[in-house]
Amino acid sequence: MLPASLARIREVVRKEFLQLFRDPRLWRVMFLAPVLQLIIFGYALSTDLHDTATVLVDLDNSQASRALVDAFTASGYFRIVGRSNRPADLVNALDHGDARVGIEIPPDFSVHLRDGSGAVVQIVFDGTDSNTATVAQSYAERIVQNFAQQIVGGARLAVELRERAWFNPNLVSRDYNVPAVAGAIVFLMCLLLTSLAVVREREIGTLEQLMVSPLSAYELIAGKTIPFALVGLIDVLLVTGAAVFWFRVPFEGSFALLMLASLLYVLSGLGLGLLVSTSSKTQQEAFLTTFLIFMPTILLSGLMFPVNSMPKVFQWLTYLNPMRHYLEIVRGIFLKGAGLNALWYQFAALLVLGVGLLGFAAGRFRKRTD
Amino acid sequence: MARLRWHRLWAMARKEAIQLRRDRRSLILAFLLPVLLLVLFGYAITWDVRDIRTAVLNQDHSASARELLDAFRASGYFSLLRQLSRPEQIAPLLDGASVQLVLVIPPDFSTNLNSGRPAELQAIVDGSDANTATIILGYTRAIVQTYSLRVQGMGQPVVVPVRAEGRVWYNEELSSRNMIVPGLVAVIMMIIAAMLTSLTIAREWERGTMEQLAATPVSRLEVVLGKLLPYVAIGLIDVVLTSLLGVFLFGVPFRGSALLFMGLSALFLTGALGLGIVISALGRSQLLATQIAMIVTFLPGFVLSGFMYSISVMPKPLQLVTFLVPARYFLVVTRGIFLKGVGAEVLYVQGLLMIAFAVLGLLFAVRAFRKELD
Repeated sequence: MLPASLARIREVVRKEFLQLFRDPRLWRVMFLAPVLQLIIFGYALSTDLHDTATVLVDLDNSQASRALVDAFTASGYFRIVGRSNRPADLVNALDHGDARVGIEIPPDFSVHLRDGSGAVVQIVFDGTDSNTATVAQSYAERIVQNFAQQIVGGARLAVELRERAWFNPNLVSRDYNVPAVAGAIVFLMCLLLTSLAVVREREIGTLEQLMVSPLSAYELIAGKTIPFALVGLIDVLLVTGAAVFWFRVPFEGSFALLMLASLLYVLSGLGLGLLVSTSSKTQQEAFLTTFLIFMPTILLSGLMFPVNSMPKVFQWLTYLNPMRHYLEIVRGIFLKGAGLNALWYQFAALLVLGVGLLGFAAGRFRKRTD
Repeated sequence: MARLRWHRLWAMARKEAIQLRRDRRSLILAFLLPVLLLVLFGYAITWDVRDIRTAVLNQDHSASARELLDAFRASGYFSLLRQLSRPEQIAPLLDGASVQLVLVIPPDFSTNLNSGRPAELQAIVDGSDANTATIILGYTRAIVQTYSLRVQGMGQPVVVPVRAEGRVWYNEELSSRNMIVPGLVAVIMMIIAAMLTSLTIAREWERGTMEQLAATPVSRLEVVLGKLLPYVAIGLIDVVLTSLLGVFLFGVPFRGSALLFMGLSALFLTGALGLGIVISALGRSQLLATQIAMIVTFLPGFVLSGFMYSISVMPKPLQLVTFLVPARYFLVVTRGIFLKGVGAEVLYVQGLLMIAFAVLGLLFAVRAFRKELD
């Protein structure tokens, strides 16, 4: 019976391919949109801080205060967008959002510096963007510290900190974010492709025609999955290519391992989409469900918000999220060159989720058609 | 082409409202979804870096080394997970991402410290997440500095020649929730608004009721505006609900004027809903309309609105692209009114931009929306 079953699956695959490639607009959605999205988001997803708009109120206006300001601008993290000698202007600039940081150097700055009683420089941060504020604060403190060190001359701190950042020595956030957003885009494509696949046939009425054919539920699901899996894998190749060749993200690990992970990931995405599709009555219902699923999938994946900052309950929930595991794999493979010995656990989770979701979708489909 | 008669517009809006009222599920979703999403994500997501998983390779078992480690523990940011005994243990831990930071105290740490030579502490951080790594190193630096000053202060008083006195405005405790909740209100409302309308016109096409509409004297402008009005009302209720939740459940301050907030919300919703209508008029079939709506609103809403990634550090051409994302304008409004408490004298810029966006969006919607059945 097996050859006959394979032949039937082949025919469904052929039918799906014909349907997919008839609409040229769908083509663009499938292959052009992911690459375009990656390129746009790749540039946007940067948490690196540079040229932060800074307003300066230098009430001292001495050589020393100018040297301090130079230290700020030379760092590249801060850019002076406004100077004034009235503190009220500082308030205004932050209120209007013209500046994110305000530096106020008091009139007695150089006096205190000279007599050794300790000068103080006030730095105000706009906390509405808490992340930028935290990072800017740490840069500003370091700049002032270095400035102080130079004045003291040879005297150094009792404990010297030697910092090293592994895997990403220059701390470029893009290298961390681009592979991950590529993964998110692929998942969105998988969901979009499959979530309407079955329910559309139901609405149009062609599902009944399929049901009177000798196809079993598993054959139909397999036939519907294979073409979409191919599309998904091509998308993976496209976005990975864009990440490596366009954004020059270092690729340290094994390509074969990445493709294996992508296959499992694409299958779990397709399984989820098919599950939505087989359990919805109308396309609208399927769309709303997809929307409801995609939002937590993205936000609880570690793409934008680190998983281990979440409350414990949500951290447990993320284990059910295929995207969380896949993102750990791609980030590991791209930046750390990690192999199966470090990532076996994520692979196992993806395997379980992929097989489970596809099997569940097929099972539900059979029950509904009986 | 675009005539506007109030009674016809009103009739169109009434038809749409009746249709919406009968469509229980969509209605429940329209009210429940934003609230649900806000509660869920308001709790779940945060950017605060806490409980940094730290391993320690202490090769100098002295009192001063322990004191330094205590300083790390007492800060509350680090959870010291493991004591290592050999340097070879470091690599597998960082490879597997089971720790984020490794502190290495060399054998000569206390000897150097006691003899007045600079002692060394090594901090190896997992740099793959550059943002978290930067913050971790910032905390580490602060602790080491405080510790050094205390050690040096033992003999003689130490005066730091220059000290930075940092203050954070609008969000004094730098809680990321205060930043995320007003941002989420804007992003969620943009996605919901575009989603709600992107379905309505595509549905009329697929069901064939568009032909009936075409047979009536209703103009295109009236159809677009009439479809919009009930959704603006729903959207405004959603904005109120989510804002109340933000204030009372999450304790986010609301410092500005509620009236101004509602006015600007209405402008924003008109633009976002208009975007949904453009999408549905372009997509024609539900399949394509929904696919376009997801692609155009979802990730861009989060990524290009300034919700988490500052627009000012994006490349210039991309900064121009962000003007197509209506949440971008509204985000400045929500953060401005919730956290900064600024008024119209600051927010008029965003108001004007939103008016421009809404007008352009509606014009485009009317154009894209061919009433003629070709």
